[in-house]
Order: sequence, then structure tokens, then C-alpha cells
Amino acid sequence: MSAALEVSDLSGSYGQGNVLYNMNFTVEQGGITALLGANGAGKTTTLRAIYNLLPQRTGDVRLFGSSTERKPAEAVARMGVGHVPDGRGTFDSLTVEENLILGAYGRRDKSAVRDDMKRMFGYFPRLQERFTQQAGTLSGGEQQMLAIARALIGRPKLLILDEPSFGLAPVVVQEIFSIIRLINTQEGVAVLLVEQNAGMAFALADQAFVMETGRIVVSGKSADVAANEEVRRAYLGI
Amino acid sequence: MDAFIFQIMTGFATGSIYASVALALVIIFRSTHELNLAQGEMAMFSTFVAWQLIEFNVPYWGAFAITLVFSFFAGMLIERILVRPAQNGNPLTAVAIFVGLMLIINGMAGWIFGFTMRDFPSPFENLFTGLPVALSGHEIGMLAVVFTMLLLIFLFFRFTPLGLALRAVAVNPESCRLVGISVNRMLAIGWGLAAMIGSVAGMMAAPILFLDPHMMAFIMTYGLAAAVLGGLDSPLGAIIAGLLLGVMENLAGAYVVGPELKLPLALLVIFSVLVFRPRGLMGHVVIKRV
Repeated sequence: MSAALEVSDLSGSYGQGNVLYNMNFTVEQGGITALLGANGAGKTTTLRAIYNLLPQRTGDVRLFGSSTERKPAEAVARMGVGHVPDGRGTFDSLTVEENLILGAYGRRDKSAVRDDMKRMFGYFPRLQERFTQQAGTLSGGEQQMLAIARALIGRPKLLILDEPSFGLAPVVVQEIFSIIRLINTQEGVAVLLVEQNAGMAFALADQAFVMETGRIVVSGKSADVAANEEVRRAYLGI
Repeated sequence: MDAFIFQIMTGFATGSIYASVALALVIIFRSTHELNLAQGEMAMFSTFVAWQLIEFNVPYWGAFAITLVFSFFAGMLIERILVRPAQNGNPLTAVAIFVGLMLIINGMAGWIFGFTMRDFPSPFENLFTGLPVALSGHEIGMLAVVFTMLLLIFLFFRFTPLGLALRAVAVNPESCRLVGISVNRMLAIGWGLAAMIGSVAGMMAAPILFLDPHMMAFIMTYGLAAAVLGGLDSPLGAIIAGLLLGVMENLAGAYVVGPELKLPLALLVIFSVLVFRPRGLMGHVVIKRV
């Protein structure tokens, strides 16, 4: 079985000078992988490279065995990836319902989409209460939930979350992380969790990769990486 | 009193044309933040296409329908060939392209169809004669056509998945791509729609103004003014502002300054509004969280 995401020798730049260097990492199907690093380490840039949103990149990115070479971002998204962007990326002036419908944009089975919407309300009951509200009026935590539900409603096999804890109170982060675990086991969705908040990410992930200035510097089983004193001191500040 | 009501109603009729052009401008502006200065010329060219079809003895509504389809694809094509390459460049490049496009279409229309004024038929000429209103048959029919179009466009944007995707692109293009929506395709469709709306305005205005390559010049001025007055990112604002402008212009021409100065007066009113309300009547202030 090919990996959900396989990144090999990925380098990339915004035009002049590399910002990513020879990155190698994988997300196994059904697994949870954490990509960690301090602010500015290149985590979001890595995701942009995966989506071919970086002006230049070399190396190989495979989703479920197929190359993403030369595909525009929207085509990569249709290869079975659900993305929760940093800053959540909800459509603020549209309603919660409309946001969810957009998440299912590529799907033709509209009645199944309605069922999936109900399933999402199982994970996030608050979205049901806010169903007809504009997304911009939601709290940060609710917007994060909406972004996750919007990504899941496209029935991805890989869910990429870009700093889901950003700007949220610890208790809300805890709630969201436990839902991510639940989704991973119940839906069988692989998860790539990009985080600065390493403590909670280690607890959730089975594999972890630590980035610094565009490189992966430590990688391995999440528990081993978490136990690495060097990692704790130098890269994560914990 | 009757004369006053008549002035308001004719103003409403011409205003509906301004409203259509303003709406076309707003649809493009919302998704690209660019003002399509060639909108009027595109509409004029479409109207010539309709005229040519009618000359070829195509029945009016057949010519109307073909023109809508032609305009839609021509709009998409212009976006794809001329506008998209300049998308990520200097904003002034886009302005230069629009001005160039305006002159090119104008020249092409003159070259193909000539610069002489031409009669453009109205399918409503001898209809609605028994009604107790002072409007001509064409003006009543024009109002019906324009308002039907506006209603259809509203329903399209509000209730169809494609309409929703078009609105979403205006809100957050990158998120659209990440859920699998092709932003480029949406921008092209937006241009097609705008061109189609403009062509309706052109075909409805032509029986009143006569058709020549300069027909849309002043309608475009009013459409632009209405779009700005309405707030540039508000379709409803554009429509209301267009109608208001038509009425205001007519009243000013009839009662205040006479026909020569009605255009400057209307524009003066707009400037005054914008001094006190720079975002227009219904525009949104962009607030960014730090």
C-alpha cells in the first residue's frame, strides 16, 4: 500500500534562494504524522510546495502513489486531500451552510453530502447551532471546527491541518485535538498535523518530523522525538 | 404632477441600463479588484453582432439569444487571453490593457460595421399601447427584460452551486483552490457573465440611442459612476445606484439645469456623496485583523 503522502527530496524557493532543502517525510494511510517547528521554520511553505503554490520546487510529491507534478493546487486538492489552512481560511461573509457546501464542491452525490453534513454535526454540534450564521461571526474555535468540517465533507483520505491550535485557548485546543483523534480512527483518514504547539502534537501523532530553517532535522516515532533532549531544548523551547 | 411622475419613470427606465452596466462592472471587480473599462465597448460590439444577425433576417429573440451566448464566450476569451496574463503584474498594467481593449474594440466595430448611426429594432415597439402609463412600449419592455435578467442573476448567485463558488472566489480565492475550485475558471465565467449582462444593456439601449461605435460612451460613464456610488463590491448597491442615477439625471435635466448640464450635475452629486461616504452607499469597509 502506498503512503497517503510521500515527500522525497523536496526543495523549493520563492524565486531567489532556496527556502526548503531536501525534505523527506511520509504520512502513512490511516496514520497521524506531526510536522513540527518554530515560527518561520518553513512548515506552511512546505504545504504550499505540496500544493504547487510555491513558484519553484524540485523533488517528488506523491499522494496515494500518484505524482502531483505540474498539477494546479485545485487539482492536487481533488486527489483526496482535505486542507485546513492556517488562519482557518473560512469564507467569512458566507454562512456556515455555504462553507460546508463549498467543501463538497467536487462531489456530485448531493444527498450523501447532506448526510455527511449531519455526521459533521455529530463531531461539532456547535456548527449545527450556527448553521445559518455568517462564518465571520463565529468564535475562533468554532471557525476552526468549521474549517475541519469543510475539509472532511469532501471525503478526503488525507487531512492536512496547518496550525489548528493557533490563537485558541488551551481548553479549546484540547477539544479540537481530541476530535481530530476521533476523526482519524472513525473515518480512517490519515492526518498531517503541522504545529508549533509540540506538546499536544506529540501526544496525538505516531510519527513526528521537526523542521528548522527549511530542513527536517529530526525524525522518527513521535515518542522518541518527544524524548529527545536536544529537540526539546533547541527547536521547540519546551 | 403627471409630468413629474413621467420624468421619474423614464429616469427609472434609463437607470435600469446604468444599473446593468454597473452590475457587470461589480461582478468583475468583486473577484479581481479590477475595473473593466472596456465593459461599455464590449456591450456595443455585442449589440452590433445582434444588429448584424437581425440584418441577416434572424428573428429578434433568436438574435438576442445568440448574442447572449456570443457575449458570454467572448468575455471568457478576453479574460483568458488578455486579462489573466496581467493578473499578477502591476495594477497599472491591467488599466493599460483595459484602455487598449476599449480602443481596439471600438476600432474593430468601426472597421467591421462602419461609423454611421443605425436603427436598432425594438421588439416592444407596438406593445403595451393601451396601458395608462406615459412610457413607450420599448421602455416598458426594456424594464421587463432588465428586471427579469437581474432576478435571474440574483437567483443564480444565491441558489446554484456555481453561483456559490463565484461568490466564494470573491471572498477567499486561496481557500477555493484548496477545496478544489478552479479560481481561473471562475474568473473566466465572471467575465462571461459580465459581458452577457452588458450585451443586454446594449441591445436594450440601442433602439433609444441609435447604434454606432460610440453608443456606450456615456452609458459607461454612468455605469461606472453607479458602480462607484453603490460601493464597487455590492451588486445590490450598483443596481440601486444605477436606478437612482437615472432618475436623478432626468429630474435634473427637466427641472434644475436643463439637458446640457444634467451629466455634470449627476456626477457632482456622486462626488459629494463619496466625499462623505467614501465606501459608497452599500460598500464594505475592509477590516483586517492584525
